[in-house]
Order: sequence, then structure tokens, then C-alpha cells
Amino acid sequence: MNRILGFFDQIFVSAKAWLLALLGRFLPDWVVVLASIVISGVVILVMGAVIMMYLTLLERKLLGRIQNRYGPNRVGKWGLLQPIADGIKMFTKEDIIPANADKIIHLLAPIVIVVPAFMIFLVVPFGRGMTAANLNIGLLYFIAVSSVTTLPIFMGSWASRNKYSLLGGMRTAAQMISYEVPMTLSVVPVIMMSQSLSTNEIVLAQSGCSGLHWFIFTPWGLAGFIVFFLCATAECNRPPFDLPEAESELVAGFHTEYSGMKFALFYMAEYMNAFTLCGIAATLFLGGWQGPFLPSWAWFFGKTFILICVMIWFRGTFPRFRVDQLMGFAWKFLLPLTLINILVAALWHFLPPVWAWLWSALILVISFFILVKLNINFVPEKRVYTLES
Amino acid sequence: MPVLEIAVKFGIYAAMGTVLIFALGVVTLRNLFHCALCLAAALIGTAVIYLGLRADFLAGIQILLYVGAVVTLVIFAIMLTEHLAGKTVRQNNSQSLPAVIGLAAFVAILAALIVKTPWPLQAASHAKISVMEIGQALMGTYVFPFEVISVILIAALIGAVVIAKKDNSGEQS
Repeated sequence: MNRILGFFDQIFVSAKAWLLALLGRFLPDWVVVLASIVISGVVILVMGAVIMMYLTLLERKLLGRIQNRYGPNRVGKWGLLQPIADGIKMFTKEDIIPANADKIIHLLAPIVIVVPAFMIFLVVPFGRGMTAANLNIGLLYFIAVSSVTTLPIFMGSWASRNKYSLLGGMRTAAQMISYEVPMTLSVVPVIMMSQSLSTNEIVLAQSGCSGLHWFIFTPWGLAGFIVFFLCATAECNRPPFDLPEAESELVAGFHTEYSGMKFALFYMAEYMNAFTLCGIAATLFLGGWQGPFLPSWAWFFGKTFILICVMIWFRGTFPRFRVDQLMGFAWKFLLPLTLINILVAALWHFLPPVWAWLWSALILVISFFILVKLNINFVPEKRVYTLES
Repeated sequence: MPVLEIAVKFGIYAAMGTVLIFALGVVTLRNLFHCALCLAAALIGTAVIYLGLRADFLAGIQILLYVGAVVTLVIFAIMLTEHLAGKTVRQNNSQSLPAVIGLAAFVAILAALIVKTPWPLQAASHAKISVMEIGQALMGTYVFPFEVISVILIAALIGAVVIAKKDNSGEQS
């Protein structure tokens, strides 16, 4: 039983090792090293694109169900070929560049935005020993690379010379800078507890209890996870934080002036970011690939898939934030909560287990209610004027 | 593996060349937005050079702070001042010649110093500083400068809040 499990657990790793051993028989060493990089790269490139295609289908299907309709079901069985049909449609669309646009930057923006989206895949641990590049600064790398995503959005919005694009770009800037702060701070307790920045080490720190010793089962882990997940939703501009592309006010926000494949690239980056952010959330708080019975990669993809479904559920149910609410939520609610969470994590480290549970839960609950209380805006009483005859 | 080492060496030189080209772009291009993008590219190139020199942590911080925060703020400022965004701006004035002479003198002195200094090659190639050591140094040996820097940052933050605050006293009177 264990041997079968071990085989399925390591099936991809051993497939790559077998391929490399085969190449090593009649090729020099440096080609094998290059081939190892190329194999990981090609797998990531293909996987990113395929995941993006089927995420769009999943989203449309689930949204359809939420809105009491079927969703796409005509192309192929259960609409499974719909993403391919969409792709062909995108290729045949006319590529429109506005007359006054900055041509080079208008072209560069959709290309540049895909790069960080793919680069984050490097540090996502898909399973036991299945991290493409096991950097010892993995988490910092993820935060740094995902912070670059703001630049291509700026480029696209500015180069279009369109007021809607520009407004969308400004909103993106404000939103992404604001939500990066609580997102970065919410992962600090995880770094403190696992004492490492490497994503692999963080997953390993959550082993034990037959792979169920996840950080989310602690008070600070739960608080951190909720903050991180909300910020992740805001970072990839998904509803209810989709102000940069609010259809009802800004047409399509920063990609108003894009069509055809360029638009598809923006779309692709958005969905790949959603996937990687969910994957990183699963890695940091839900134990990554740790879990009983199933092979490690199945656990990872299962957890990520559930988080993505939650994101789609958000989209189907929540109305969009107002701009002031969005900013207030990040700076007045999430930021103080993450700071308190860091202190709570330190307390957890120094107290004996039962007391740690009690105190940290108590502090977090009390501070949550105080923050909610402080954040209720003052609404003046409605004045009623009676007509006097 | 000599082939790979040579490739890495060429890669680092290529990154240096790219950084120089983009740095030239920052000071010569006419459009402010293009300059800011060139600055971002140059900073990313610097991070790549750090990576080549095995300073992972520094590279990560470089991208996070400079590209993610500083350049974003610069671009934000450019976009807020809309009349600057579309126009072209002259990047040089009548004082270019003295500036070039001064720069040449500075580069000459710097080059002389670099050539004179006996660099400890052996020690540099083996220095691998981990994140943990940096943290311990910040919290142990250098805790006083670290705290002073945080006080300065907080002062700057409070200053920004004071400047941005609405002037209530003026409205009431």
C-alpha cells in the first residue's frame, strides 16, 4: 500500500529523473543541466496556459450555476472545448491600436504582464520535491515578483491614451500598493514560525499529525490566512475588489483599448495570478502538499482548486466595493489586524501550548471586534422636514 | 562544467550591458514615462546582477523596494500630473559641458582607486550570507542604527500625514 502511494507521490519526479538519466547516457553533463531547466520550464509554460484556459471554463460554469443557468455547454462534452474555441476566436480578432497610443509601450504591456505571472510558478511547491526552483528566499521572491505586476498595468493604461484606461490604471496603483502592505505583513507570522523563507521549508514545518499540522489550525494562522486571502483577491483585481476594471463605470479599466490576443494575454495573466496566489495561500497556511492518504500533488491541487472556487463564489455573490471603502478596509482594518497578528504569533511562541491557544485567540477576537467598532463610519441622522402650512 | 560557467559569465556581462543601456535611456529619453520605465528595467537588471553574484536576498529586496515601490510611486506621480505625461521634456541644459568634465574627473578618480585597491578575490567568492545571519546582525550587532532608521521612517510618515491633513482651523474661522 505504502509503496503504491510512494510511487504515485513521486510519479512526476521520477519521470523527470528517468528522462534526464536517458539523456545523460549519450550527452555531456552541461546539456543535461540545461535539459533539466528546459523540462521544468516547458512544464510550467504548458501548465500555466492550460490551467488558465480551464479556469475560465470553471469560472463560467460555476458563475452560471450561481446565477441559476447552465453556463457554456455546447462546444464539446460539458463545454470542455469552450476554452479552445475562445482561443481561436481571440486569434482571429482584429488587433486595434488607438491612433494616439504610444505604440511600443502599448505592445509591450501585455507581454510584460505575463512574465511575473509565469515567474511565480517557479517557487510554488506542487508536491513533495516538485518545486521548480527551491530558492532559499522563495517567499520574498514571490512578494517581490508579484509587486512588479503593477508596472505593466500602468504601461497599458498610460499607453492607451484613454480616460477610462487611465482611471483604471490609477485605481490599480492605489489598490495594489495598499493591499501589498497587509499581504506582506500577514505572511510574517508564517516566516516566524517556520524560521525560513523557502516555500519548501514552510511546507515541511507544517508536517506532523499525519500531515495535518497546518498553520490555519492556530489562531494566528487563521487570522493570517483570512487577511492573506482577501489581499490576494484584491491583488489579482477580482471581485469584490475589481475596481480597476469595473465594467459599469470604466468600460474595462486598464485594458479598454486592447483586443484580440493582447487582451487574451491580460486575461491569461489575471487567471494565472489567481492560481498562483491560491497556491501560495495553500502553501503558507493550508499545509501545501501535506495531507494523509492521497499523493502530495493531489493534495496541493485539491486545496488550490477549493480556494479558487471560493474566489469564484466571492465573484458570484459580493457587490463591488466603493473606492473609499476599499482603501479604508486595507489601511484601517487589515493593516492593524496583521500587526496585532505578528505580536500574537510571538506570544504563541513563548507561552505553553494551552495558554498560548487561549491568549492568542482572546487577543485576536477582542482586537477584531474593537477594529470593527472603530471602522463603523459616522452616518449623520436623516433629517426629516415637515411641511408647515 | 566549464560551458555553463562561461554561459553564466556571459549572462552577467549581458545584464551589465543592458543595465547601462537602460540607464542611458533614463537620462536621455525625452518622455518622462519612458524614463521611468527605463529606470525600472535598469533596477531589475541590477537585481539580476545581484543574483549572478549569489546575493539572493539583496536581489529580492532590490526588486521589492525599488521596482515594486519606488518606481511605482514615481509613475504614480507622473500619471497624476497629466500634462507632463504626454509631453516631451528637454533633459539637458547649458551646463552640460561643466557637468561632463566634473563627471569625467570623478570617474577617473574612482577608476584609479578601484585599480589601486587590492580586492580580496578569494574571500568574496566564498561569502554566502544567509537571511538568518542578516536578521541576527540587524537585531544584534546593528540594533541601534536599525532602531534609529525606524524612528526616521516614522517621523517621515507622521510628516506626510500632517501635510496631507485637512486644514480644519481655516474652515472654521
